[in-house]
Amino acid sequence: MSKNSEYLIERENKQYEVIIGLEVHAQVTSESKLFSQSSTKFGAEPNTQVSLVDAAFPGMLPVINEFCIKQAIKTGIGLKAKINKKSVFDRKNYFYADLPQGYQISQYKYPIVGEGKVILDMPNGQKEIGIARLHLEQDAGKSIHDIDPNNTLVDLNRSGVALMEIVSKPDLRSPDEVNVYIKKLRSIMRYLGTCDGNMQEGSLRADVNVSVRLKGETEFGTRCEIKNVNSIKFMQMAIISEANRQIDLLEDGKEIDQETRLFDTKRNETRSMRSKEDAHDYRYFPDPDLLPLEISEELIEKIKSDIPELPDEKKKRFIDKFNLSPYEATILVSDIETSNFFEEVIKNSDVKLATNWITGELFAVLNEKSLEISQSPVSAKNLSKLINLIKDGTISGKIAKTVFEQMIDGDQDPLIIVKEKGLKQESDPKAIEELINKVIENNSDKVAEYKSGKDKLFGFFVGQAMKESKGKGNPQLINKILKEKLNG
Amino acid sequence: MSDITSQSLFELTSNIKEKKLSSEEITKAFINRAEKSKKLNVYVTDNFEKAIDQSKKFDSNPNLDSKLPGIPIAVKDLFCTNGVRTTAGSKILNNFVPTYESTVTHNLWSNGAILLGKLNCDEFAMGSSNETSFFGNVQNPVGENLVPGGSSGGSSAAVAANLTPVTIGTDTGGSIRQPASFTGTVGLKPTYGSCSRYGIVAFASSLDQAGPMTKNVRDCSMLLEVISSFDQKDSTSIDYKRNNYSKELSKDIKGKKIGIPKEYRVDNMPDEIEKLWKNGISYAKDCGAEIIDISLPHTNYALPTYYIVAPAEASSNLARYDGVKYGFRSPGQNLIEMYEKTRSEGFGDEVKRRIMIGTYVLSSGYYDAYYLKAQKVRQLIKKDFDDAFSKVDAILTPSTPSSAFKIGEKTNDPVSMYLNDIFTVPINLAGLPGISIPAGKDKNNYPLGLQVIGKPFDEQNILNISYALEDKINFKNDISDWWLSE
Repeated sequence: MSKNSEYLIERENKQYEVIIGLEVHAQVTSESKLFSQSSTKFGAEPNTQVSLVDAAFPGMLPVINEFCIKQAIKTGIGLKAKINKKSVFDRKNYFYADLPQGYQISQYKYPIVGEGKVILDMPNGQKEIGIARLHLEQDAGKSIHDIDPNNTLVDLNRSGVALMEIVSKPDLRSPDEVNVYIKKLRSIMRYLGTCDGNMQEGSLRADVNVSVRLKGETEFGTRCEIKNVNSIKFMQMAIISEANRQIDLLEDGKEIDQETRLFDTKRNETRSMRSKEDAHDYRYFPDPDLLPLEISEELIEKIKSDIPELPDEKKKRFIDKFNLSPYEATILVSDIETSNFFEEVIKNSDVKLATNWITGELFAVLNEKSLEISQSPVSAKNLSKLINLIKDGTISGKIAKTVFEQMIDGDQDPLIIVKEKGLKQESDPKAIEELINKVIENNSDKVAEYKSGKDKLFGFFVGQAMKESKGKGNPQLINKILKEKLNG
Repeated sequence: MSDITSQSLFELTSNIKEKKLSSEEITKAFINRAEKSKKLNVYVTDNFEKAIDQSKKFDSNPNLDSKLPGIPIAVKDLFCTNGVRTTAGSKILNNFVPTYESTVTHNLWSNGAILLGKLNCDEFAMGSSNETSFFGNVQNPVGENLVPGGSSGGSSAAVAANLTPVTIGTDTGGSIRQPASFTGTVGLKPTYGSCSRYGIVAFASSLDQAGPMTKNVRDCSMLLEVISSFDQKDSTSIDYKRNNYSKELSKDIKGKKIGIPKEYRVDNMPDEIEKLWKNGISYAKDCGAEIIDISLPHTNYALPTYYIVAPAEASSNLARYDGVKYGFRSPGQNLIEMYEKTRSEGFGDEVKRRIMIGTYVLSSGYYDAYYLKAQKVRQLIKKDFDDAFSKVDAILTPSTPSSAFKIGEKTNDPVSMYLNDIFTVPINLAGLPGISIPAGKDKNNYPLGLQVIGKPFDEQNILNISYALEDKINFKNDISDWWLSE
């Protein structure tokens, strides 16, 4: 990374570096929970998706949902990580009203996925972020404190939902990298269909570990963990606020306590939740209700063979095959829906034009209307038709923009618009020549000026000819014939 | 025909099949006897009214092909029974009525049996005398103020006192075999993974197994055949071909190699236990078995290992009884206070003791020294048995180091209470099948049992050996019905 893009926090002649590690909790895309058959559907009435297992009734036993295991393996492969053929489910013991068993089933010593990596495309080049591990665990229920003034209510719909905890190495160095990292992780999982990445519904949350050190130091500083931050914006705010808090302490000659903190989004500051001394002793031990999880080489190979093309590979293909710039390719592969849309458009139309139209006009419209590409008002099919109209000279790029504006309203067919509005480009050389003759006739004074060396007037003639054609004249043809007439 | 309630399961089943007795007659006979036997305190909850209805229903359209046709059976109150209160002998589940059925009891009812009621047991199956039950201690029908053993004390007493033809208990460290030994009855703990744990209130998940408790070995084989099944709802259940235990039951044990482990000759073992063991060995020889001296070198470590592993798992398994979702709740000003009051008032001393031990051995800083080391020793104990079973087909030991003791005798000495499990605990740690059969009496005329231990899934073999020994021993439990009231 070049020096000038480093994220550093300045204090009187001193520069501090920020070290960030993320523990991302990603909800596994699955119809049913990790150890029971209850539905995981979002938004149901409280306590309507709770089995006897989820509510920890006496004598109830967890039974592993094989699909969730496959999803974790798939994600591991997507993170270029080692899949552990033997992993163990442990009990993490603590008491809380929304934790019915009195323990969370998680993986502690032996996670299902080991070390991997994620490549970030930063403006000044690529950066590799190490993945320490990925493990499976159950989500807890939800405590609701603001409905009844005297009681806390508990909703167990989430209790037992499968989560993947993806732990990064402390390789992140700025809020920007965190932004790109989360988006990349989300993109990979969406490509794989293993997590929908929906942050509003809580499908993706993170615990953020932050420490600071003077630039040039090699030892890490004392870190604090900010629990359960549920949007990229809040993660970035929390990091900036926490890093500055730690630097202020150091500047005052104080020490940083290793502790767990919470981010107060309203006050934009972190506050202490519990110190290291008060840290829970979770008394992890292997869950005797579940046998160690053994995964065969065949299963791993089978899943590998079903892995779709992932963003990094797709990007490389787009660059190699379609001659896209790395920047264009990065944008187009960032989301599986976008890349699918792009590939659909270029099936029958020009790549260069498609790239420009998708990243330009289409994205502008989506942005303006806050739509996802899956909700695009213009279908891939009609966009490719529009591009073909430009390519074969039926309409000019300028007219195409007018047509596009109309297409947005109900995904209209550009061919019909062009026909009905008579927007077809005039490409008959005879007709263009007639137009130009007329322009030359009407502007003999300007012609004389041009011929005496006022080259800049050429644009004037083009404009006049275009006007004469009511905007439909083929610009290339106008240019060509004008040059012949004026210079000849 | 002898008195209905003194008949074995085999006899009752035959009499029903031959239409000599109806389910209603049998059910009523057991209920009548139970009404007069309240002094024994075997029942926590009875199901008498419904049982009579069900017996009538059975008689109106009897399925005589079923394995337990219209047979009324009372079960340990650790099995969850749909619509019938299930307490695990604890105040904390005093008001708990499951909406579901354990797989093992489901197997009973789907084979034609009828639920008589729920039998007393030590609280959460933690105890060796049935004295830790919230519902009071159980009297051993063998003699007044004598414990029936535990934790399946209500079950052993009920079988010995002819209050149920057979029953099922659970065994985590000896809770079927020790009470069977104390009451002159037969109790079998199957191989870990044979009987589903689904719907059984958990004590120590890696050790708990349900098993039959009966008057004789044949009944034991009949009941095991019904309750042992693969169950997808229990991830530790094992899918293997189970024998037709009762059909394949045979006294022919000629040429079987039976191991005698020298480490089971413990210090201060009463002479009469030593004598009992010797008699058992000579009976086995008489049956044509070959006796082989073996060594199980890590036997001494089994009890300390057990008292780390079992409490560790229990401390976690019992965390769910927190007053939030079901069961007893003692209100508090906040969540922590509610937890503290609920669990302080809801659990008895022995349960609290084990939760504390378990919490301690799993704590950071102690985990390696206790829990992890215990798991390693457990592997060594298992290996001892693996090595032994390369030379022998089964192992013969005493079931317990003493006969039944007086109620209250050991209440204040938990360690001496724990020593009761010394011969039974290693079998749970190794996951093996073990059966206790009555084999003699001590100077007080109290029953004593012998234990036959088998290879994994070799229940048929230990049943056959027990069947042959039972024939030679010809044990008679002389119970005087001293507790009966009019």
